[in-house]
Amino acid sequence: MSDNTRGYHDIGGLAGGPIDRSGHEVTLSEKRVDALMMLLGDRGRRLIRVDELRRAIESLGADAYDTLSYYERWISAIANILVEKGVLTHAEIDHRVAEIETRAAP
Amino acid sequence: MSARFAAGDRVRVHHRHPPGHIRTPFYIRGLSGVVERVCGAFRNPEELAYAASGLPETALYRVRFKQIDVWPDYAGVGGDTVDVEIYEHWLDPA
Repeated sequence: MSDNTRGYHDIGGLAGGPIDRSGHEVTLSEKRVDALMMLLGDRGRRLIRVDELRRAIESLGADAYDTLSYYERWISAIANILVEKGVLTHAEIDHRVAEIETRAAP
Repeated sequence: MSARFAAGDRVRVHHRHPPGHIRTPFYIRGLSGVVERVCGAFRNPEELAYAASGLPETALYRVRFKQIDVWPDYAGVGGDTVDVEIYEHWLDPA
């Protein structure tokens, strides 16, 4: 089989360029995404397993994979999974984002 | 838990590239190594990734590979190894 079948995320062994060794402070948004994932996966909800999250991240597409940060990939994947499962619709998410943007606007 | 392989067994990783969520890294497929330990039995992540039960539990093995077998142009020390944890359904006896 050709190399096309390698998942875009499956980069072990490929040339990756220089390693960025700088640390970074985890932002509040990032902590919230992490907390959200823990809540979604907890015993009471069992809405999303880590394996589903990984699969959804791997399915985001090359462009998203390249341009989104680690936790941006998480929240994109979480949103997609929740829509797949009928917990939310894209329209509901878009509406809420629009509300927040309006509120946040100067 | 019934495990097909034991520590010390030589195993070969399947050379296949199925669709879906796969935990066997691309770079290790088709290569041979030695079982370093039996990690236990776990639900299949390939199925869990799609909200299926992942049952029955599958044995997971930590397999040790020689770096000179993994990388054609490996320039490190000859005895270097890499360990990869691989599920039983990805392994055959070597």
